[in-house]
Amino acid sequence: MSHNFQKDMSGCGLAGIINKNGKRISGSSITKSMCLMNDRGNGLGAGYAAYGIYPEYKDLYAFHIMYDESASQRDTEEYLKKNYHIEKKEPMPTTPVEGITISPMIWRYFVKPLPEKTEREIADLQDDDFVVRTVMKINSEIGGAYIFSSGKNMGAFKGVGMPGEIAKFFKIDEYEGYIWTGHTRFPTNTPGWWGGAHPFTLLDWSIVHNGEISSYGINKRYLEMYGYKLTLLTDTEVVTYLLDLLVRKHGLDVLTACTALASPFWKNIDDMPEDEKNVMTALRIVYASALMNGPFSILFGHSKGLVGFNDRIKLRPLVAATKDKTVYMASEESAIREICPNPDKVWAPRAGEPVIAELEG
Amino acid sequence: MFKSLAVPEFLANIDQVKCIRCKRCIQNCGWDVYSWGGDKVLIDTFKCVKCLRCYHYCPTEAITIEDNLVRYRNNANWGFFQIRNIKKQAETGGIPLTGMGSDMPYPVLFDNLLIDACQVTNPSIDPLREPMELRTYLGKKPAKLEFEKTTDGKSKLKTKMPPQIKLEVPFIFAPMSYGSISLNAQKTLAIAAKELGIVMNTGEGGLHEDIYPYRSNVIVQVASGRFGVNPDYLNAGVAVEIKIGQGAKPGIGGHLPGEKIPLDIAKTRMIPVGTDALSPAPQHDIYSIEDLRQLIYAIKEATNYTKPVSVKIAAVHNVAAIASGIVRAGADIVYIDGFRGGTGAAPVIIRDHLGIPIEYALAAVDERLRQEGIRNEASIIAAGGIRSSADAAKAIALGADAVAIGTAALITMGCTVCGKCYTGNCSWGITTQRPELTVRLDPEVYAERLINLIHAWSHELREILGALGVNAIESLRGSRERLRGVGLDSQTLDILGVKPAGR
Repeated sequence: MSHNFQKDMSGCGLAGIINKNGKRISGSSITKSMCLMNDRGNGLGAGYAAYGIYPEYKDLYAFHIMYDESASQRDTEEYLKKNYHIEKKEPMPTTPVEGITISPMIWRYFVKPLPEKTEREIADLQDDDFVVRTVMKINSEIGGAYIFSSGKNMGAFKGVGMPGEIAKFFKIDEYEGYIWTGHTRFPTNTPGWWGGAHPFTLLDWSIVHNGEISSYGINKRYLEMYGYKLTLLTDTEVVTYLLDLLVRKHGLDVLTACTALASPFWKNIDDMPEDEKNVMTALRIVYASALMNGPFSILFGHSKGLVGFNDRIKLRPLVAATKDKTVYMASEESAIREICPNPDKVWAPRAGEPVIAELEG
Repeated sequence: MFKSLAVPEFLANIDQVKCIRCKRCIQNCGWDVYSWGGDKVLIDTFKCVKCLRCYHYCPTEAITIEDNLVRYRNNANWGFFQIRNIKKQAETGGIPLTGMGSDMPYPVLFDNLLIDACQVTNPSIDPLREPMELRTYLGKKPAKLEFEKTTDGKSKLKTKMPPQIKLEVPFIFAPMSYGSISLNAQKTLAIAAKELGIVMNTGEGGLHEDIYPYRSNVIVQVASGRFGVNPDYLNAGVAVEIKIGQGAKPGIGGHLPGEKIPLDIAKTRMIPVGTDALSPAPQHDIYSIEDLRQLIYAIKEATNYTKPVSVKIAAVHNVAAIASGIVRAGADIVYIDGFRGGTGAAPVIIRDHLGIPIEYALAAVDERLRQEGIRNEASIIAAGGIRSSADAAKAIALGADAVAIGTAALITMGCTVCGKCYTGNCSWGITTQRPELTVRLDPEVYAERLINLIHAWSHELREILGALGVNAIESLRGSRERLRGVGLDSQTLDILGVKPAGR
């Protein structure tokens, strides 16, 4: 739990799409939407997350891993072999792109934790918990190795470049998913690092985020108390882990979790009916250190839905729209209209009020 | 009796041309510095403590109180007070006493910490336009909340919330007993606490019936003397505090002499009139952490688990481990009183040489409780040298849930930190029981000043939060990332968990 860290800061643009019937959409849509917002980034990071892209391996964890050097890969694979059944291992399919001259080695693994390993027996961990522990361990202990995607039937693709370049590099338009999120970055104080681009993921959670969490210091220390290791020093990592803690570990529903993270003001809580007031008061008291304060708009995806939400006074933009069974969310309305010229409904969600779109049936 | 060889610290002077012989100085001085000489006011400057009561009440500004320039011969090792104390001890054979917090020039780390502000990448927030929340709850927090679905599909809170103290702003008044301060001073604190939506603390002297109307803004204290403790008392306030130690005098007890125990104090403390009120150094039923646990739970039983139990300790070397034990023993609040904390009476030698400053203690305790995963189990109150809203903000950023202020509150009542509280002669009517002195302190009038102070500090805290780009105090609490150290060595920074400026 060191306090000697350099925190990452950035401004951004983001977009997300979900088809509530689970119909899979080509990656070309999200790419088009993101490319319209090129001026919200500066080429130092872009990325995408997609759900439903690996139906043939849907029961296996898909690890996307970046390596700086072959030694990192050797050490990582040694650990994986000891603890996981590796169904398939392959280099990430990529294409050379003019603007991208340097990239890490990127590999993809479809794996399942071995049931009988001692390391698990001691801690009596469920598969998900063990995968989280693996991600924390490799990312913090093996130099030059970074697991940037670890969910089932989903994946993150990200790197240093503009949204169009990154999409081309990872051949995004060859994937089909029922949820997509995209991100372009405008970092102000970090050199481009592939791992630092969004989305950030943990298990099925993926986050794209625009803003700076001014409460980062306490959010980080709060998460560390629950065993999370914050290695990336970005706000987005905090969001990812907070949601993991509140929703997966504490069992709060998504709406309640979002309410805890961007809570209503006391003056509004005091006027609520007694029951609601008690719930809100308890939520604020118990999750005070999880309150995310400062400007942000966030899209987070999980296997069953997409959620967009803002900080408590809406200091960063977020627009939402619907068209039939598809829900769109983005930093700018123009990015939505670029791929959906005539939405049924367009609105700007209120501060702290999440937009929750879930798969039906 | 020979004249004392201890050189007087201050020289009281009256300009005989300006003096109109109104004798107000004679009336106002609680120390008998002034007397009437037939045609002019006589001065016994040996008795002067520079509390400035006479200065403020002289209608013609004839009085000046100056530091005595006569000192012993300069010596970097043998300072004035060292020599003077030896002379006093040679004359009396006693332990020199003092009041208030230590005036020694130990480093004040608050003055080596600076607070962050927003520029461009995250916007600052204007507290005059946007809500800026300071509300704070003290007490045990469950690690998580559980909900259940009701029959109509609504979700209902399943977790039972432990009792909390609700504070509208993260300040509370430090424990100061009736006996150490006057009833009027306690009333002033009570009126202000109620108006502000915060709490005062009875200290160990019991709860006077005049304070009962303010009970929803009172923490009652149980200390080693157990003065005034009975089931009604325990249930009278919003919380119960077990006092183990005090920052100004860690490890030692207290002694209120019998001549300071008139009927009213005797009734409140539930002891006979004129007997010495002795607070033993340890509580005689607490000789270990498990004993503390038993007392905590005895109090919880007596209050039917409806009130948080606080444990107040002095900041000492091993404070982190001690605090961890206290939390594990069941305390809902840990009150840490730093080395610079005030007192009504303490031996100088103890006050100035035992304990550690609050900044170190607070940082160590907050970090230890986090490492052990039990920070949510108890709130932390930091006390002992909070001089301004900036100190409060820094303490909160280091990890305090709220700060307690004692000396600052007394200053609003006229106190000038002269440090002579133990004499019982306070000319401002604060730390005295002499009726002709206490009557000077009108609770209604001075409560307004105290309320003004807390309002002012709260406004300042809101400005700080706004500059930090957050709109709730919980986003500053424990957020050491928003502090930077200047002029601190790396080990100190490490203990504080703070980066140096420039990083």
